[in-house]
Amino acid sequence: MMDVGTATCHIDAMDMHYRELNTRLREAVNEQGMAQIEITNVYGQRYLGTDLHRPVEIHIRGTPGNDLAAFMDGPRIVVHGNAQDGCGNTMNDGEVIIHGRAGDVTGHSMRGGKVWVRDDVGYRVGIHMKAYQDKRPIIIIGGTAQHFLGEYMAGGVLMVLGLTLHPGEQHQASFIGTGMHGGAMYIRGEVDDYQLGKGVGRVPLDEEDEILIAELVAGYVSHFGGDGTEILAQPFMKLVPLSLRPYGRLYAY
Amino acid sequence: MYRTATRMGESAMHITSLENPYGDDKVYDACGVFGIMDTTGECFSGQDVVTGLVNMTERGNGLGAGYAIYGCYPDYADCYAFHVMYTNPDNRPQVEARLESSFVMVRAEEVPHNPTPELHAAPLIWRYFLRVDPNHPRVVLLGELEYVVATVMDINIAGIGAYIYSSGKNVGVFKGVGFPLQIAEYFGVTDYKGYIWTAHNRFPTNTPGWWGGAHPFSLLDWTVVHNGEISSYGTNRRFLEMQGYHCTMTTDTEVMAYAADYLMRRHNLPVKVAVKVMAAPLWDDIERMPPEEKALCRTLRQVYGSLLFTGPFTIILAREGEMIGLTDRLRLRPIVAATSGSRLYISSEEAPIRLVNPELDQLWSPIGGVPVVGRVGVPAQVSAPRTASWQREPVAAD
Repeated sequence: MMDVGTATCHIDAMDMHYRELNTRLREAVNEQGMAQIEITNVYGQRYLGTDLHRPVEIHIRGTPGNDLAAFMDGPRIVVHGNAQDGCGNTMNDGEVIIHGRAGDVTGHSMRGGKVWVRDDVGYRVGIHMKAYQDKRPIIIIGGTAQHFLGEYMAGGVLMVLGLTLHPGEQHQASFIGTGMHGGAMYIRGEVDDYQLGKGVGRVPLDEEDEILIAELVAGYVSHFGGDGTEILAQPFMKLVPLSLRPYGRLYAY
Repeated sequence: MYRTATRMGESAMHITSLENPYGDDKVYDACGVFGIMDTTGECFSGQDVVTGLVNMTERGNGLGAGYAIYGCYPDYADCYAFHVMYTNPDNRPQVEARLESSFVMVRAEEVPHNPTPELHAAPLIWRYFLRVDPNHPRVVLLGELEYVVATVMDINIAGIGAYIYSSGKNVGVFKGVGFPLQIAEYFGVTDYKGYIWTAHNRFPTNTPGWWGGAHPFSLLDWTVVHNGEISSYGTNRRFLEMQGYHCTMTTDTEVMAYAADYLMRRHNLPVKVAVKVMAAPLWDDIERMPPEEKALCRTLRQVYGSLLFTGPFTIILAREGEMIGLTDRLRLRPIVAATSGSRLYISSEEAPIRLVNPELDQLWSPIGGVPVVGRVGVPAQVSAPRTASWQREPVAAD
């Protein structure tokens, strides 16, 4: 049911195909100027939040489908549940706040904006995210990640807080930053050297890093709760690429 | 890949135009797998499986869907249930004569189906409930199960347009070219009951979308549904052919059913060992293992190297009393597992699981190469990993 003429509306997405749901969203945002939209009964509808060109806050109740916020350019999406694969694919601007976990390839090729995940994420998160001039994508993960975190990462920031790890448990992801050639990862919690991709190295935090980490932790706590001071009391490890062209010699004779 | 897709697109123009109203050559799809098991062994309706698979209709393109049902033939539980697809119906008498001479034919009938005009090229499909005569000389020579396998292979490679694509006891495969709902309605799968249901929604990339090429693939009580592609198909196939398994369905997934039979029935490997053949740990990981495990994994890679599946895959394998979810070791295809009471769910996506069951006990994404195993008589919760940080309590979907 749409309340046309007011700034908020609600869409019941039960049994609705993603194409219709996205059409309804485009109408609500681009034509009717809605400021806040709530979608309920979301079960796997894809590409939600794409092609919306005005600031809007969208609350999703249920499990949005693959490529949530793909190519998104400005809106803020709050997921009250888990996100599937490919959330934030090539996203340009805006925010996705996930009160749950997110699947594989979260932030795939992301170009800007922020993705906040309260819990864990799947494989290849942040794969080939990139930065250019003032565009700097950021992914904040409250829990831990599965393998190939930041694979082929070319820019931006990936932060992992490790809040779901048990005391004494370390991250289990391997191939972290394989092929990474830009950007930075900040990881709280232990990782062995063998878990890192070949072209990635640990470097000490500088003052700018500390400021950024504090800002992002404050943001995480404001979205999901928790104790920021306690989170910041444990050290963060910074990972950066050792080379801007890790495979520069691989194909050269 | 594009060439194949275009060729198949021509034979299914109406599907392509529905999928892709923009008329560009992009179709955003992948296969979808879905499975539900009740670990008490209680049989249940397939409604949830159909609902779950239909929720992922987007992952397929109408060129294949299918269901495997364990426990669907309780009245003939001691018979091998052969489902035979006739692309050449004229040869049915010849096949039936062969079956009658090889087995005790308990019942023969056409597989019931509902007229569905939108499905085209539906072949004639019969099913035969067969008992093995233990005194038959070849049965004495080969053993009962090898005898059944050999008969299936003989008929499938005879080149007479007859394909036995389901041959287990109290299990049935129902599959064809169509979308998940169309195939479910065509065979009326929700009229059956089973304690394991696996289901598949196909988006063929490398091989034709024909009725025999739809999933599940099956041999004896093994069935497999698969999302991905097996780069090692040639190697796997050549090895399996030397062991008497013949690939006739022109789809890569077929080798997985035969490999499962070879490793876990013929060689009697436990599931946890067989998966280390099919999705072998990387050499780097093997180097870091404790000595005994290292020796085992090295040996497996040396002995069974030809049954390593390379390339991306997520599969749901099943046999009597057991459902197994597995991905390639790099998890290049998605998998989500969940439990609720005695039910175990394995799916390509999370949404369909939540759609059919809003009250989950556990939900997790298994690590590549680590199997999810459900067994009758073992509580479903045991399937979840013990390392709790890889699994999260599900968020209430309100």
